[in-house]
Order: sequence, then C-alpha cells, then structure tokens
Amino acid sequence: MIFSRFFRRRTPPSPQLESGLKRSRQGIFRQIVQLFERSQIDRELFDDLEALLIQADLGVATTEALLERLQERVRRGEVRDPVEAREALREEMVALLEAAMRNRRVKIYQRGVPFVSLVVGVNGTGKTTTIAKLARYHLDQGRTVLLVAADTFRAAAIDQLKAWGERLGVPVIAHAPGADPGAVVFDGMQAAHNRGIDVLLIDTAGRLHTKSNLMAELAKIRRVIQRHVPDAPHEVLLVIDATTGQNGLNQARVFTEAAGVTDIALTKLDGTAKGGIAFAIARELGIPIAYVGTGEKPTDFAEFDPEAYVDALFFGDEED
Amino acid sequence: MFEALTDRLTQVFQRIGRKGRLTEEDVDEALREVRRALLEADVHYTVVRDFIAAVRERAIGEEVLRSLTPAQQVIAIVHQELVRVLGSERVPLQWASQPPTIIMLVGLQGSGKTTQVAKLGYHLRKEGRRPLLVAADIYRPAAVEQLRTLGKQHDLPVYDEGTKADPVETVKHAVKVARDQGYNPVIIDTAGRLQIDEPMMQELERMAEAVRPTEILLVADAMTGQEAVNVAKEFHRRLSLTGLILTKLDGDARGGAALSIRAVVGVPIKFIGTGERVDALEPFYPDRLATRILGMGDVLSLIEKAQQQINQEEGKKLQEKLLAGTFDLEDFLRQLQQVKKMGPLTQLLEMIPGMGQLLRQQQVQISDDEYKRIEAIILSMTPEERRNPDIINYSRRRRIAQGSGTTIAEVSQLLTQFKQMQRMMAELGQLAAGRSRGPLRGLLGAGNAFPSLPGLDGFPGIGTAPARPQPAAHHGRHQSKKKKKKRR
Repeated sequence: MIFSRFFRRRTPPSPQLESGLKRSRQGIFRQIVQLFERSQIDRELFDDLEALLIQADLGVATTEALLERLQERVRRGEVRDPVEAREALREEMVALLEAAMRNRRVKIYQRGVPFVSLVVGVNGTGKTTTIAKLARYHLDQGRTVLLVAADTFRAAAIDQLKAWGERLGVPVIAHAPGADPGAVVFDGMQAAHNRGIDVLLIDTAGRLHTKSNLMAELAKIRRVIQRHVPDAPHEVLLVIDATTGQNGLNQARVFTEAAGVTDIALTKLDGTAKGGIAFAIARELGIPIAYVGTGEKPTDFAEFDPEAYVDALFFGDEED
Repeated sequence: MFEALTDRLTQVFQRIGRKGRLTEEDVDEALREVRRALLEADVHYTVVRDFIAAVRERAIGEEVLRSLTPAQQVIAIVHQELVRVLGSERVPLQWASQPPTIIMLVGLQGSGKTTQVAKLGYHLRKEGRRPLLVAADIYRPAAVEQLRTLGKQHDLPVYDEGTKADPVETVKHAVKVARDQGYNPVIIDTAGRLQIDEPMMQELERMAEAVRPTEILLVADAMTGQEAVNVAKEFHRRLSLTGLILTKLDGDARGGAALSIRAVVGVPIKFIGTGERVDALEPFYPDRLATRILGMGDVLSLIEKAQQQINQEEGKKLQEKLLAGTFDLEDFLRQLQQVKKMGPLTQLLEMIPGMGQLLRQQQVQISDDEYKRIEAIILSMTPEERRNPDIINYSRRRRIAQGSGTTIAEVSQLLTQFKQMQRMMAELGQLAAGRSRGPLRGLLGAGNAFPSLPGLDGFPGIGTAPARPQPAAHHGRHQSKKKKKKRR
C-alpha cells in the first residue's frame, strides 16, 4: 500500500493494539489515503483533515490547534506537498500525546509496600473489566495482586469483581452491597499489608462527575488510603471509553480535582471509535494515557505507546 | 455555555450592526459559532454540516422580529430546526394488539441497558402494567445477577435461565411464561456489544426473529461522541430499531449524539435516563434537549414563549396606548394574562440572565398569588369600570372587593397605583415623542426583548401585594428597571 512507503514504523505496535485498532481504522483509512493522494496542499485538504479529526472526537479546539501548527509549517515552507503534510500531522499528533506522557509518574513497585491503584470513572466505561486486565498485567509481571470491591452501589458489581477474581485466581476484598466504600478500602489496605501484596487494585462505583457528594466520597477513599501509605494512591486511573465525546474533558477535569487522576485508561478501542478525546485531555489537562483496552478478554490490554497509537489509528497499513 | 454562544453571537451582530433582515453575511457569521457549539456538543460532523445548510437557507432574508435581537433571532431559528430534527412530537411506546408486548433493549456495553430495563419495568408498573423482566445478557460477569437484584429491590419479576442457556431460548421461554401468566410487557435485557461484533449481532437478530418484539429500543449514552452515528446505523440496519433511550442525561453532557442518531436513523427518542435510581426515567421533550444541545439554559424557552404568546400586533398597539396615556385596565388585564400564559412569574424572571441571582440577592418574592389577586380584582369590574376606572366609587369598590375575595383597601390601592402608572406612562410618552431615539424611548423599548414586560414592569401593583406592602418587592422592581437600562 502507498502508506508503507512513507511511514516506517519506529516501534512495532503491540499485537493487541494492532488487532484492536484494525477495525477502528478501516473506515478512516481509505479517507486518509484519498486525502493525501491530492497533488497539492489546498484549502480542501485542510477542510477534510478537520472533518477527519473531529469525527475521531478530538474536538474543535484540539483539531484547530493541530491544523494551525500544520498550517504554520506549510507557511514556513517545511511542508510542501500532501505527503509531507501527512508526516507533519502525524508528528504533531504524536508530539501532543508525548508532551502529556512527560507528566507521567514513574511507577515504582517495592516489595513490602503495596502499589495502590485507584480506578475511577463515570458509569459504564469499563472500570471493572479494566481492573481484571490490570490484574492480569501485574500477574504477568510476577507481582501479587489484591482486588478491592469498593463499588458497593451498583447491583451485582461485587459479584462481577468476584467472578473476575475467581477466573484470575486473585483474592477479592468485599463487603455487603450498600456498605461504606471507605470501610472496604480500609480493609483492603490492611489485607494488602498483612499479606505482603505488591499491587492493590481498587474498583470504585461509576459516578457522574456532576454529583458532588459522590466525588467527595472519592476524596474520602483517598484519605483512607493515605492513612496506611502516605504517598498512595500511586496511580489514580481514570477510565474513559473510546466512544466518549467532548464530555470526556469535563470528566477528566472534575475527577482530577476530586481524586487526583494521574493517568487515563482508554477502553473499548476494539470498536470503530477512535478515542480522540484522549488528545483533548492530553492537550488541555496534560494527563497522559497509560493503558489501552481493546476487547473484553483480560489480555486485550496494552501499555500506551503514542506512536503506535497514532500510526495504528490514523496512518496504519491496510494489509496488516 | 449559554454565555459563550449567545455572547459570541451578540458580538458578531454588534460588529455587523442592526438590520431589519438577516443578510447572508450575518447568517454565515452567526452560523460559524452555531456550528462550533454543535460540534462541541458532539453532534456528528456530517449532521452538523447538513443542519447548518438547512438553517442557513431558512435564516437568510428572514425578518428580525421586533421583539428579538438578531442574535436571538438566529438562535430561535436554530432552536426550531433542532426541535424539528429531534422530533416535534413525543412518540409513546407501541403496544401489541396481541399481548404480551415485547420490548427489547439493545446497545453498546456500558450504555446502561440493565438499569433501563429495571427503570422501564418500574415506570410501566406504575402505569398499571404487569411487566416481566428478562435477563438475556449471559456474557458480562454478573449481569444476570444485577437484574435479579434490581428485580428483588423493586419487586419486579425477573425471568432468567442462568448463564449457561442460549439467550434466544431463554427469551422464547420468557415470552411463553408471560403469555401463560398474564405478564405484559416483556422487557428484555440483552448483552452489550459492539455493533461490529458479528456473532453477537447475529444472536440479537435471531432473538428478534424468534419473538418479534413490538419495540426494539437502542440505549445510547448521552456522553457518546461522533461514534453514535455508526453505532445507531448498524443496529438499525440489523434490527430495525423502533426508538431510542438516551441515558446519563443527569450529567453535564450536552447530548448531541441524540441529534445525530435522530438525523441518521430517524427513530424517535422515547425516554431519557436521568440517574441511577429506578424512578429516573422520563419522557422525552425535544425542546428541552434542543436547548441543552445548544447549551443555552432556559433563555431560549423564554424567547420561544415570548414569540408564541405575544401577538406582535397587539404588543405594538399596547405600546402606543401606553405612550398616549390611554392604556386602561382592560389592556392591563390582557397584558397580565399574556404574561401568565408564559408560565409562573418567578420562573419567567428567573429565566432572564442575571435576574435569578438578582432576585435571590434582593430576596424579592413575587408570588403568583399576588398576580392572581390583581387579576381577580380587575375581573370583578364591569367593562365600563375597566375602561374608565374614575367611575369606581366606594360602593363599586365594595362590590369589586366582595366579588374578588379581596378587601376594599386592596382594590383602592390597585386603583391608585394604576392611576400613578398611567400618569407616569403618559409623561414618558410625551418625552419619548419628543426624542424618539432617546434613552426613555429605549427604556420603554425594553419591550423589544420581551414585549410583555413593560406593562409588568411599569405597573406598581406587581411585585407588591396591594394590601401588604413589601418594601423588598419595591426595591426589586426598581432593580429590575435598572437592569433593563443596562441591558440595552
């Protein structure tokens, strides 16, 4: 395909991301090819790029910012034809994500001190499934894992986490439905200490960021965690699903205020949604993406790689 | 957001200057901002493009109603078009001629299907039905358990065959159970799936084929972005959807996805989900969602209401009468009734940007009872008395007070205040005639925005109960006048 000639992959994308994203790009891929097969950079090219980026949920402001930078490079004469424009856009998109990646806290796993990961998000983004995947991921790295069912609100959420715990052979700390999430977390912290667990994954109830009482509950959970381990939680993962539109930005903003979000987990990338809101979040809030979810199986999961993501999503090869 | 769009539009028109008709340039400038607002609300790119084209065609050359600013005029057109696309009428659930009616809920993972199944069951039971909920999502861990729990909590029967059975068989059996035991409707919870997941889509097709649901409703999350169109299209292609339930509208998502889905697949939005509680399911009203998509609070409904309720011609006549000092109680009553048609007075005032805050700050209480009392007093007068209040002597006052259930003092106070207002208006009218473009003209011209308000504003009776003077209310009235001056 025409693309392979222009896009050499710098890092081979993970197979999970590849297969998951394959579907995402099929529709958009043809558009891109046609786009850059034009003979010159014109207004129409920019209009079409705008359409493409907005349809990927990057949002108006981020799209405009990216295209302005591209335009600037055209003005400066660095970019002279559509092929160079494509490369330049790709670079800008990767740079945007990488800038946020620089804010990442290095994840240090110490023996004896549990690495505490608090998983938060609005309803239905896939928090519990993400926890299962994270558990699998840490198990594969040879760490011991404990799950905490702090979603005591949604009917059967505890059962769902227990079912995962059983499948993965990981212990789950749970109370009865309707119990105080803070109390469950307290027990979880205690158990992690007593059992010398490496990684503690806390599942919280889905909550809309507009519900201030529920957001305050997250702050309380944080305090409970900090009573045991002062520099915890080491990771506060906001789970955002790839179909999320511009509201994702509000979600990220408010969850960060209430719970100190450190990273994004971008889920459901196995569909045709592109998860472009992650660009907007990276640009406006500087929050990096840590993981991507590409299916319902615990192995449909990968650490985030900006180049691989941008390549696979917007500039991938059709053959693979 | 309201501020954002309206302010931006206002700026656009300030630059252009006021004109009688919307020109092509006005409209294009304005629509650039509208386009942005729609995209920020997650309306699909192509839907926005088509929508903007339609509005443009309608708006160019349209006369700016004298009651509105050009910015408001554009917003009004945009809003009307939005309502048109969203479906101007509420479409109720369809019921099968042969019970049970089968309602199948489908959608992506995490859109809120299981919760909506319980809510719908609860809602329909409240309407006197005997719903049976069916757990046919055997894939998500504990999904069956979730529906069972919800059923138990709200005393709604749930049919399931565990997670080992074929969901299509489960559903068939459930329908038989419903038929035998008189349950109606049957509400089916299906597994969440990506619209491109072939085996799962086939399962849904087999299910629909097997039980022929009366309603197949797509459950869509209001926070969905551009993807909503692809999802809805594919579900519709495979299953012929009959409607939509839009969930998570209790958050701050603008819900543009609903517009996209409506525009692309054309099925009506039947319900909206506004929370996790089982009673958080509401019928859908297009105008409210249109307002939300534009992100404009309630100001829009005020514009709408003003447009609907106030006869332009009549408004003009009233204004002339006011200025000429020939405005009588008859006119006042008509004015009062028009304002009342628009809704509770406090609510109306709250809708004016900044006014709600002002009212709270000043602790002004304008009760609709006072409004009613004034109306009752005037209605107890003969037409002759209304046209010529001077003839109302003591015995007439007593009769009016008795007829309206008020006191003679209240009637007297109303008459005094009306006379004061009449005199004031006449003076203003003379001044305004002298300098028609002067500030006083403008003061009265506040009616440009809301033609009903000058009478309301100028009439001392409103905001003060005649027999129970409330200083705070006087103050508030004064404030609202000041506010108007500023708003010009």
